[in-house]
Amino acid sequence: MFELLGIPPQVLFGQLLLGLINGSFYAVLSLGLAVIFGLLNIINFTHGAQYMLGAFGAWMLLNYLGVGYWWAVFIVPPIVGVTGIVLERVLIRRLYHLDHLYGLLLTFGLALIIVGFFRQFFGVSGLPYPPPPLLTGGHNLGFMYLPNSRAWVIVASLIVCLATWFIIEKTRLGAYLRAATENPTMVGAFGINVPLLVTLTYGFGVALAGFAGVLAAPIYAVNPNMGADLIIVVFAVVVIGGMGSILGSILTGFGLGLIEGLTRVFYPEGSAVVIFVIMALVLLVKPAGLFGRSV
Amino acid sequence: MATDTNPIAMATITSVGAAGMPRHHLAIFAALFVFLIAAPFLLYPIFVMKVLCFALFACAFNLLLGFGGLLSFGHAAYFGMASYVSAHAAKVWGLTPELAIIAGTLVAAVLGLAIGSLAIRRHGIYFAMVTLAFAQMIYFFSLQAAFTGGEDGIQAVPRGHLFGLIDLRSSEVLYFFVLAVFFAGILLIYRIIHSPFGQVLKAIRENEPRAISLGYRVNRYKLAVFVLSATLAGVAGATKAIVFQLASLTDVYWTMSGEVVLMTLLGGMGTVFGPIVGAAVIVTMQNYLATFGDWVTIGQGIIFVVAVLSFREGIVGVLAKWIRKPL
Repeated sequence: MFELLGIPPQVLFGQLLLGLINGSFYAVLSLGLAVIFGLLNIINFTHGAQYMLGAFGAWMLLNYLGVGYWWAVFIVPPIVGVTGIVLERVLIRRLYHLDHLYGLLLTFGLALIIVGFFRQFFGVSGLPYPPPPLLTGGHNLGFMYLPNSRAWVIVASLIVCLATWFIIEKTRLGAYLRAATENPTMVGAFGINVPLLVTLTYGFGVALAGFAGVLAAPIYAVNPNMGADLIIVVFAVVVIGGMGSILGSILTGFGLGLIEGLTRVFYPEGSAVVIFVIMALVLLVKPAGLFGRSV
Repeated sequence: MATDTNPIAMATITSVGAAGMPRHHLAIFAALFVFLIAAPFLLYPIFVMKVLCFALFACAFNLLLGFGGLLSFGHAAYFGMASYVSAHAAKVWGLTPELAIIAGTLVAAVLGLAIGSLAIRRHGIYFAMVTLAFAQMIYFFSLQAAFTGGEDGIQAVPRGHLFGLIDLRSSEVLYFFVLAVFFAGILLIYRIIHSPFGQVLKAIRENEPRAISLGYRVNRYKLAVFVLSATLAGVAGATKAIVFQLASLTDVYWTMSGEVVLMTLLGGMGTVFGPIVGAAVIVTMQNYLATFGDWVTIGQGIIFVVAVLSFREGIVGVLAKWIRKPL
């Protein structure tokens, strides 16, 4: 087999695959943040906690009700989305007339409450979630071994990302949504129920986070803290990509995951900070973000 | 942010005492001073020192948020990094405590300059996310760097001799040193707020395009206040390392950034005395609820939510409204 810069291909492709998986989570989570930000103008700090809720949702379905993974993929995201809708209706809605920074502070407080409760009742050691039989095996591709569970995460998140792109860019509902992002008052004047649209959008963005959580459950341990550090990296992804474009968010997410994987091969010490370094460079060169509109 | 809730904006004509300070401010500073002189004899000195360090941290943060209108979600970076450098300087280099604190403060200032000059390129929510992300980068750096001791932190930092003369091992003696640092810090912040520079900051906070059209180089002012705030946060962190003889990852993690936001919000952002009150309340809460584990986190989250939804003026902001004088 060939070697690249003295690195065995198994290692290189293995890390690239891991990077692509991280990239899948970055893409789905930053997409959710971008969708919410587009219409609500708030940065949803609770996103990490809602991702964690998705993983715990799958775990609870399996352990309390005996409902397996494949059902959880379809059941949990809407449930997490509904909890988001409740939050939006009861709390977040009250802040739309204020500075957007209050939305950030409120959702930060909500994240503390949710994560605190799960830490109190489930501990921080992490709970195992056995992968379903279909995902346990793998395929030998010749140059590397591809575990099914990993392949599934990448395929599933790609499908969800592209479906989201299609809904927003190509359907009538998406057209309302984009119009309401530009000018909510005008869209309301045409008889569209904008507050309902806002609520549903928040629910949808949160459901995306829940979906990412379900995907994460069999790969990572189910842990109350699983979303906390991840969401900060996703914030950096969002700053790098800018939140103006849906496809931009998806590309940035996967791309940064790959770069992170490559860094882990060539300079492991830098893998934790490489995304932040890229953020610094992007701020220097193109402050609005790669796909962003003005500041 | 929060033009409607800013007590400074409703400043009425107030009687001015010595040194250009309104008389009621002078009275509050005097009362605070007397109380803090007596405090170590009434309360556990280490606890009061902890409150003082966090109060200075919150006041430094408030300088940026309350007066500069910039929400940094990564102030733990300056607090924590200064604490590491100060602990390292005192323990490994054997510097006297005041020099160790100066070393930590300088590093915080440089860090503030580096991160601030990048962060001010974005506004509002993006600014908050950028500062948070950079602070997380500093956290990962602290986790991996050799001198920080990773998960263990830097332990058993010697308190040393102040100026090489005064032995600080006794908490009572150390207390008065910390008190001096604290008062110097908040009086400096008070001076900054009420200087022409501080007035320009308020103008930028209220209406940035207008400040630009008046010819102010807005970004320079923003960067200056960012660096000042980071530096003063560094003083607080560096002093805390000497007091607790410990520098650890807790001080540089994002939860610490969140806590200082909470202290400022609860006490009243944009007020002079609010962050002190907020810090006292939060540190006391942590102290007495420490045995309840994660309920502290839940409690902080609830305070956050309640404060944002229905208590945006904060404790001191509400008091200021009652007495119709800026506090």
